[in-house]
Amino acid sequence: MITLTINGLEVSVEEGTTILEAAEFLGFPIPTLCHMEGLTPYGACRLCVVEIGEGPGAKLVSSCTYRAEQGLKVRTSSARVMKARAMIIELLLASCPQSKIIQDLASKYEIRQQRFRQEYEDCILCGRCVRMCEEQMMAKAIGFRGRGQNRSIGTPFDIPSDVCRQCGGCIYVCPACTLRCTYTEPEKAICGGCANISPPCIQKDSFNDLMCYMDPCVACEIKKQ
Amino acid sequence: MDEQIIEKVVIEHRDSLGGILSILTEIQSKFGYLPQDALRQVAKKTDSSLTDIYAVATFYKAFSLKPRGKHLVSVCLGTACHVRGAPKIADEFSRQLGIKSGETTRDKEFSFETVNCLGACALGPTVVVDNHYFSHVTTAKVQHIIEQARKGFQQSDPRTDHRIFKIQVNCPVCNHTLMDNEHEIDGAASIKLAASSSGKKGTIRLSSLYGSSSTDSDGDFPKGNVISIFCPYCREELPSELICPECGANMAMMTAGKYATFHICSRYGCLGHMLDITSQTQDSLKEMKG
Ligand code: FES
Ligand code: FES
Repeated sequence: MITLTINGLEVSVEEGTTILEAAEFLGFPIPTLCHMEGLTPYGACRLCVVEIGEGPGAKLVSSCTYRAEQGLKVRTSSARVMKARAMIIELLLASCPQSKIIQDLASKYEIRQQRFRQEYEDCILCGRCVRMCEEQMMAKAIGFRGRGQNRSIGTPFDIPSDVCRQCGGCIYVCPACTLRCTYTEPEKAICGGCANISPPCIQKDSFNDLMCYMDPCVACEIKKQ
Repeated sequence: MDEQIIEKVVIEHRDSLGGILSILTEIQSKFGYLPQDALRQVAKKTDSSLTDIYAVATFYKAFSLKPRGKHLVSVCLGTACHVRGAPKIADEFSRQLGIKSGETTRDKEFSFETVNCLGACALGPTVVVDNHYFSHVTTAKVQHIIEQARKGFQQSDPRTDHRIFKIQVNCPVCNHTLMDNEHEIDGAASIKLAASSSGKKGTIRLSSLYGSSSTDSDGDFPKGNVISIFCPYCREELPSELICPECGANMAMMTAGKYATFHICSRYGCLGHMLDITSQTQDSLKEMKG
């Protein structure tokens, strides 16, 4: 067993546990994007940054890939972490503003502006689909291609793969392409659509049991009262 | 697509560390690019997934998935070359060849690419054509470079190139000369040696120009295998004193004049060689150069 301190609370965990898992065990929320249970940690999005160590030696690491160490001091929401995280969300917004998951993160972390050149990518290269295909579906039909600016995910030669069974697992796990924001002002990086419209379920009873992506939902809260 | 060629390449490198890279490099040098079928075959033969092979093939700039031209023009756009006007040179090449960076001319003569630093910044703007470096390139020189490439760069001439000189070697056991005037390589008498490996016998001939790695052999030895090298006259195996700095195999020794010994690596295909001069007097050098 290894004992470490997270936000001042001591916790003992099994060797090999990541900081993320230990923090989850204690109930400290750490946002993640590329991490997914059942897939090997990959550390692509850096959203799960935490600060480890103390004083000038303190550094930021991705908690989903960093294994717990004896006596490690971790802070999951220090000023430095929050700043880094906000920056990462801004960068994600800059590349992929259509993703509802990213937009929700932006609202949650109160990001009010995005200072980079706006792009409209479909993919944030988190590699969830690649790992899903390889590790859970045992197909390895898609993978990373190229590098740097030209890195992309897809099948070799961009032709339908003969090992793909069209299971849809890759789409299921994608944080960028499943839930789309269909806001009306594409120039604006930050959608805020959900926050501004009054949801139809407020007015119409027939929407009551429809599947709804709003979480937490203002309308439901109002109705409950 | 010649299936056997691919098969041979794969078998040669299958067990080596980083085998995929060696396999792809060799296929690229054989075909000039990586054909789709070749990648599929490599995946099958190495028991890995095509996705992984494709990831490696697209990651490295040295690999091309499209057929490349006979001549490859690389214009450096690194920082040092850039400030010295490399973009203009790249434009000029692209104008004269009629293709953009990354493309190949329709007659398959030239491929043109831009690279980021060739490691010769002081000589910038730098252009490399078929492994020949051109320094301080100006737009006026572009046409000349293209013409030269069309004609083909001549091999360096041993009569004018001081880095290349002839050596004469003898068998260290029977002292018979190993020079073969009958059979010339690089326009000079070759060094004749007998070789054997796992039952196969043959003759190998080396260029006697120090600095050239041309060889000729009638034996069918697999590349990468260590072979035994004999004197063709006294049939004694050549002694070994050194270890090849390139690959770690034993080196076969020959004498080169009174004061020097010449060593070659016994791994077939390895270019490791060394001239060991025991007493570096003017006399011995003269004698060696013969
Ligand atoms: S969740 Fe840890 S880096 Fe993406
Ligand atoms: S920048 Fe061109 S050679 Fe270095």
